[in-house]
Amino acid sequence: MGDIQVAEHALQHHFADMEQQQETSTFGMWMFLLTEIMFFGGLFCAYLVYRASYYQAFVEGSQKMNIWLGATNTAVLICSSLSMALGVRAAQMGKPKLMAVLLLITIVFGCGFLGIKAVEYHEHWVNHEFPGPNFHFETGDPAHAATDPVHTEIYFSLYWAMTGLHALHMVIGVGLVTWIIIAGLGGAYSRSYFTPVENVGLYWHFVDLVWIYLFPLLYLISKKHGGG
Amino acid sequence: MATAVQTVERENYLNSNYGIKSWLLTTDHKRIALLYLVSITAMFWIGGFFAMLIRLELLTPAGDMVSSDTYNKLFTMHGIIMVFFFLIPSVPATLGNFLIPLMVGAKDLAFPRVNLLSWYIYMVGAITALTAMVMGGVDTGWTFYTPFSTTYSNTHVMGAAIGIFITGFSSILTGLNFIVTIHRMRAPGMTWRRLPLFCWANYAAAIIMVLGTPVIAITLLLVALERAFNIGIFNPQLGGDPLLFQHLFWFYSHPAVYIMILSGMGVINEIITCFSRKRVFGYEFVALASIAIAVLGFLVWAHHMFVAGISVYAALVFSLLSYLVAIPSAVKVFNWTATLYKGSIRYETPMLYAFGFIGLFTVGGLTGVFLASLGVDVHVHDTYFVVAHFHYVMVGGMVMAYMAGLHFWWPKITGRMYPEAWAKLSALLVFVGFNTTFFPLFIVGYMGLPRRYHAYPPEFQVLNVLSTAGASILAVGYVLPMIYFLWSLRYGEPAPPNPWNAVGLEWMTPSPPPTHNFDETPIVTWEAYDYEHQPQEEVTVGH
Repeated sequence: MGDIQVAEHALQHHFADMEQQQETSTFGMWMFLLTEIMFFGGLFCAYLVYRASYYQAFVEGSQKMNIWLGATNTAVLICSSLSMALGVRAAQMGKPKLMAVLLLITIVFGCGFLGIKAVEYHEHWVNHEFPGPNFHFETGDPAHAATDPVHTEIYFSLYWAMTGLHALHMVIGVGLVTWIIIAGLGGAYSRSYFTPVENVGLYWHFVDLVWIYLFPLLYLISKKHGGG
Repeated sequence: MATAVQTVERENYLNSNYGIKSWLLTTDHKRIALLYLVSITAMFWIGGFFAMLIRLELLTPAGDMVSSDTYNKLFTMHGIIMVFFFLIPSVPATLGNFLIPLMVGAKDLAFPRVNLLSWYIYMVGAITALTAMVMGGVDTGWTFYTPFSTTYSNTHVMGAAIGIFITGFSSILTGLNFIVTIHRMRAPGMTWRRLPLFCWANYAAAIIMVLGTPVIAITLLLVALERAFNIGIFNPQLGGDPLLFQHLFWFYSHPAVYIMILSGMGVINEIITCFSRKRVFGYEFVALASIAIAVLGFLVWAHHMFVAGISVYAALVFSLLSYLVAIPSAVKVFNWTATLYKGSIRYETPMLYAFGFIGLFTVGGLTGVFLASLGVDVHVHDTYFVVAHFHYVMVGGMVMAYMAGLHFWWPKITGRMYPEAWAKLSALLVFVGFNTTFFPLFIVGYMGLPRRYHAYPPEFQVLNVLSTAGASILAVGYVLPMIYFLWSLRYGEPAPPNPWNAVGLEWMTPSPPPTHNFDETPIVTWEAYDYEHQPQEEVTVGH
């Protein structure tokens, strides 16, 4: 399909022109991301309250995090955002094949993130660092017993809830990017119509950004015993 | 349609195609509004049925009709259904859905498919919650306070919470659609200062839906996780804090009250101006008061927690902020009254309901100021005074506005007139029945009768009998419109495009409107509510 045809095909009946449609969709996407901020906001709020109240317990919990895996995952996500941004650029320039390759790289990074996360989850699971009746916590340092295991359990509740919700968003993101690749190779986008690519890109960057906050908040509270 | 339709009906959104698929797969905002109308009406009757059982139990002081456990379930399910499945979607999802594109001169909402999706999400949520109720019900109160809801209650908390969680997303999508539509889809010349106040009010309500609903979603998700996996974020035994639940819950659920009342206020603006034939007094102030209520509404949540153990300094601040909400609310009431002043007032049914709204909302709002003051709140907290207060705002305010709007736009929606005499009778019954039901509750509450018990001391019986009697009148007042609205679909007189001689783009297109709303995109060159200067011919283009 030619450029103009794609655009005509994509214009929905209730919009006056492509520009209005494009601006409207993007605006809607930003509004959606705003609701996502509020959605995660409830968890961040709970995190702040409990971290302020039970700092020591949170420090001990965070010291059980594998910082190297977490840091690797941060790098993986930043790379995925780069390939995502380049993919959107390719879509804007009307190069569907290049876009597909770049988005495929994004998916590989995204799945890599989920894989590494699964390894971490497994570690915590076998160490009984999952809230509930089987929860059991030791600092791993025989010289220092756990000071406040009850509230370290809260830390782990938040850890699982926050990273779990983030991982769910990643899974949805991988699904969306797959859909964009298939549609793009089918000729759905062109230089004059690439709004869905942009919007999925916005979503991907948002989910990436959530992790950028989660990583320091959950992994990097303090290396020193007793915090500080 | 055997009745006297003299002219050949032109094609409109109702007769353009038929069949169940044309409704269930529609993306037309007008049809989706009707889908919502049918669904929330069903929920209204289910919620009303629980209310009826509550009032019957309270007819006698002894707890003789239902056990206390059943009573707990009754008021819980009444609250959940009425708040989450009727009041919050009521005006936005039905009238807002129908009218906002028409009022701004658009062919549809910005995201028609998302709009249909929101209805499906609503239905899935509603069916989930109803299933939980059929399987045995919930007894936590509509507020799901922890740790009772997470640890101790043996009822179907999970199902109800998940139902509300799901329905929340329909609310988010509706709000998102409204905001984007009002920003991006206005017809040429429809500037922000020419926007009908109904749109301003729903815009403000949509801000709350978009910013508030995700917070209740995550909160209920945590409750569900806590029940399922025994994580302890709200459980004091596991080191969690039940007050955090209350903070997060009311961060949404207080503003949610303003979703309801703001969209109701939007309806009242349209009706007061139309039936007093005047421009609204202080358009800018009324418009900005809506935004102010939405913003302040996010800063007052902890006034629900004065006796829950928050610090006295926090309570003072929240008390003060709660008083502030009275300012924009009063601006609206005063401006409506000033609009009436020297207007040529007509007492049609929508106007009767609007009058009812102003009076009852004022009572409800002012008793809200009593409750915002710390000392009084400590005395009347968890008594029937609180019950009476919020029913004055929710039923006396919001449901009156909803009924007013339904009557006002019924001719536009269905193309049929309703029988005016019956409608006036119903408005009267609702007003009398409502006051008889809820005013006695102010008194018993002030005397100290706590809510949420199925039995009470005999000295309160007279007022409780009065209340139950009023509830029966109220029920008749709600059944009547149900009957004559349905009757009018077949036997009602065909409605002209503009039966009330109102201004506003929705009245310039035929009744019922064509699928694409307008034959050609309107160009707006006049102010909103320009009843005084608008030449009649220009007002009624499309006759």
